Amino acid sequence: MTVGLFIPCYVNQFYPHAAIATLQLLQKTGVDVVYPPKQTCCGQPMANSGFEYLTEDCNDLFIENFSAFDYVVAPSASCVLHIKDHLHSQKNNEQATLLRAKIYELVEFLTDILKVEKLEACFPHKVGIHHSCHGLRGLHLSQMSELVAPEFSKPQYLLNMVQGLELITLDRQDECCGFGGTFCVTEEAVSVKMGKDRVNDHIKNGAEYITSSDLSCLMHLEGILHRNKSAVKIIHIAEILNSTL
Amino acid sequence: MNTKEHATLAEDFNKDEERVNWHDGSLWWIRQKRDKIANQTPQWEELREAASAIKSNVLSNLHDYLLQFESNLQKNGIKVHWAEDAAEHNEIVYSILKEKNITQMVKSKSMLTEQCHLNEYLEERGIDVINSDLGEYIQQLDKEPPSHIVLPCIHKRKEEIGELFHEYLGTEKGLSDPTLLTRAARKHLRNVFLTRRAALTGVNFGVAETGEYIVCTNEGNADMGAHLSEVQIASMGIEKLIPQKKHLGVFLRLLARSATGQPITIYSSHFRKPRPKQEMHLILVDAGRSRQLGLVDFRDSLKCIKCGGCMNTCPVYRKGGGLSYHNTITGPIGAILAPNLDMKEHADLPFASTLCGSCSNVCPVKINIHEQLYKWRQEIVKQGYATNKKSLGIKIMSWTLSSPGTYKTTGKVGRFVLKHLPFVLNNKINPWYKQRDMPQAPKESFDEWYAKNKDKS
Repeated sequence: MTVGLFIPCYVNQFYPHAAIATLQLLQKTGVDVVYPPKQTCCGQPMANSGFEYLTEDCNDLFIENFSAFDYVVAPSASCVLHIKDHLHSQKNNEQATLLRAKIYELVEFLTDILKVEKLEACFPHKVGIHHSCHGLRGLHLSQMSELVAPEFSKPQYLLNMVQGLELITLDRQDECCGFGGTFCVTEEAVSVKMGKDRVNDHIKNGAEYITSSDLSCLMHLEGILHRNKSAVKIIHIAEILNSTL
Repeated sequence: MNTKEHATLAEDFNKDEERVNWHDGSLWWIRQKRDKIANQTPQWEELREAASAIKSNVLSNLHDYLLQFESNLQKNGIKVHWAEDAAEHNEIVYSILKEKNITQMVKSKSMLTEQCHLNEYLEERGIDVINSDLGEYIQQLDKEPPSHIVLPCIHKRKEEIGELFHEYLGTEKGLSDPTLLTRAARKHLRNVFLTRRAALTGVNFGVAETGEYIVCTNEGNADMGAHLSEVQIASMGIEKLIPQKKHLGVFLRLLARSATGQPITIYSSHFRKPRPKQEMHLILVDAGRSRQLGLVDFRDSLKCIKCGGCMNTCPVYRKGGGLSYHNTITGPIGAILAPNLDMKEHADLPFASTLCGSCSNVCPVKINIHEQLYKWRQEIVKQGYATNKKSLGIKIMSWTLSSPGTYKTTGKVGRFVLKHLPFVLNNKINPWYKQRDMPQAPKESFDEWYAKNKDKS
């Protein structure tokens, strides 16, 4: 099995440790991982701003980079959902359709495809899960609190395998953090208020770390934590799952 | 019409953080009540599915159901009027009142008449209208539109309502006890009900099969007005039909549970035929609905039963306030209905969302609200209503992200992404930095690390 590793643009630039952890974690499970060097972005920043019609070239580049692999895996639920929902191509729609079905967010790839049952990871800290909306309501990584349906949580399933880790319970288990792409600047006041409220929920319930499968949410929450000189840190779930003593 | 966009109005609302916390908390409490009762209701998700399917049927056969409804209303002795837009609707109401020399009317909650600005229209013609729903009554006293379709004054503190009542109803200054304030309003409204010859209500459901309509309230105010009136008028959007009476149970089980977490509204009143010596009129209003019906991506928005559930769950609504939507129907559902009415005026609303999707999950008729928000964004940009600044930045970003050479080079000199990703699009006054720190650029990107380390693993 060969996996194409998709590292979203901002993760590449700002959070290389999450990308490295993703690569190493996949390698530990025995899959061949290839990182195509010419990759850039999934096109979501344009599309969510209403400019989906400008994403054609970006889409074609994505297809060129990733068509050859059995699976494509990325440590970002949001980017994966965007590809799943919106990757189209006039030049090569057949490949676009195939790619939409074989791209996976890291957590769901570990639980659904690799069917991981144990991890040699250790992270002796109190951790709060931030469910990104695209991971939750888009990719269904966990059950959504609005629905009357059986509970499940793929990230929680994996985090429970980590030695020493203690999950905290939040007052609002899956409220949006307010990042929202361009929303975070065009609606600055509401975005920040939403972020502050999320952060406070984690702090109030004793989190040392806030983790998620989306660094875009975490980047926003980190910005607020830093500004308020909080000791609480953000960490991508790949880094926890890949951590050792 | 409005001079301020959602973002600015929401920012104003956020200047009083304590109010935001309390507004957010009140609506979240209602969302929790909704969750609790939904979980106690057998086959909740199947009920939503059934309601959605019934409404699909209605929208696909609207023409026939409307004619059937009209014919049955007439058989029951109700006069039927058709209004293409707000102006026609208002003229019809006025002509009915004028014929009877009526100069005072009582009105129960109707978002449609709010949208038509009926009160202002009638006031200009010397007709006095009083809103009898308590929340709407408070908003009317304050000359402010409702901020929420079910809880019109949810943004107001009880002390502020006390001030209003002191000014307009002569209650004691400083009185803020909700029970006492309600009592004062009731006393005042009781006199209104007894003296008004005309009463107007909204319509929650019209039954095509029987020619009756159902009005749901918690206060009984629609009934008080209607039962004491000699002229009863109902204003109804053409999408509010259900085919048969047996379908009503599905919607009544969903409506109040989704709205406030109650099993059912206190009053579900069926109106079918006039009392002796009473006149009944029903006005069927289009006002953009048939245009929306023709838009494949957006027609399902017409399934809405106006429960307000999407507002209660929406974090942007809870933290930004209803009035920031500068539209009669606020919140997520308002943001997908408004662009059809006036795209330029409401171009900001589909962007007033993080697309988190919670709205679609609580919607009792399963409208894909967040997907429609995304689709409206594409439409708004195509029709040229995006601001130039946004447009240019996005084009540069799109060009760079589709050219790996440019991206990688710029990535090295000062981190291209740092300069061009959305959160830093506007470099001069960077809104990200106002209340948030920037992410710290690491020594090397993943690309650079990978180039050095790929052969080691």
